[in-house]
Amino acid sequence: MMMFYWISLIVVSIGFTGLLFRLVKGPTIADRVVALDAIGISLVSIVALLSLITETEYFLEIILLLSILSFIGTIAFAKFLERGEIFDRNNNR
Amino acid sequence: MRTNDVMLQTATKVVTFIILMFAVHIFFAGHYTPGGGFVGGLLTASAIVLLMLSFDIETVNKILPFNYVTMTAIGLLLAIATAAASIIFDVPFFTHAYDYFDLPLFGETSLHSAMLFDAGVYLVVVGVTMTIIQTIGEDE
Repeated sequence: MMMFYWISLIVVSIGFTGLLFRLVKGPTIADRVVALDAIGISLVSIVALLSLITETEYFLEIILLLSILSFIGTIAFAKFLERGEIFDRNNNR
Repeated sequence: MRTNDVMLQTATKVVTFIILMFAVHIFFAGHYTPGGGFVGGLLTASAIVLLMLSFDIETVNKILPFNYVTMTAIGLLLAIATAAASIIFDVPFFTHAYDYFDLPLFGETSLHSAMLFDAGVYLVVVGVTMTIIQTIGEDE
């Protein structure tokens, strides 16, 4: 079973490298933002696999924390790309 | 320019409560598992930041009418008061105490005075983070 976790970790790392390629090469900013979002998801799965390999359950809170931070970061990037500012002062005028 | 982001606002209304509950969990679990006042405060601040991202600053200030500078001051005062309260009982500064209590819903629980210090850290972290973000975000 441990062999299976290691193989999964290697496969996720290969996917991570592909996302890093898209992050560096990506022609537009939107490509880079999507790559960063997917890198966050890959980090979540890497942390989950590492917590399986090291047989500890103290990493499980990091998974939720990473997904929340990745979500908020992607929303901030998307809003900056769309409107040019992140925080509106007042939406209704 | 009015834009219609109903998907973002509806998702925020659900996700904010999950983040706040996770922040409270991480704050109270800090004694035995990873977590504590600092991470809990940062998570609470990020929940408020998510509200500010999907609505706007004036609406968030209306539904959460906190003065974050005062919140920082209250947190520092709480930390100092927890440390100074040990002087009353004739023990050195910063000595903590704990005991087991029978709470009605939780059963036998160990209550530690370090939790009050952690609550001070929590309030300071939330106050400082939100002060920084509001000060940067509000200029025109």
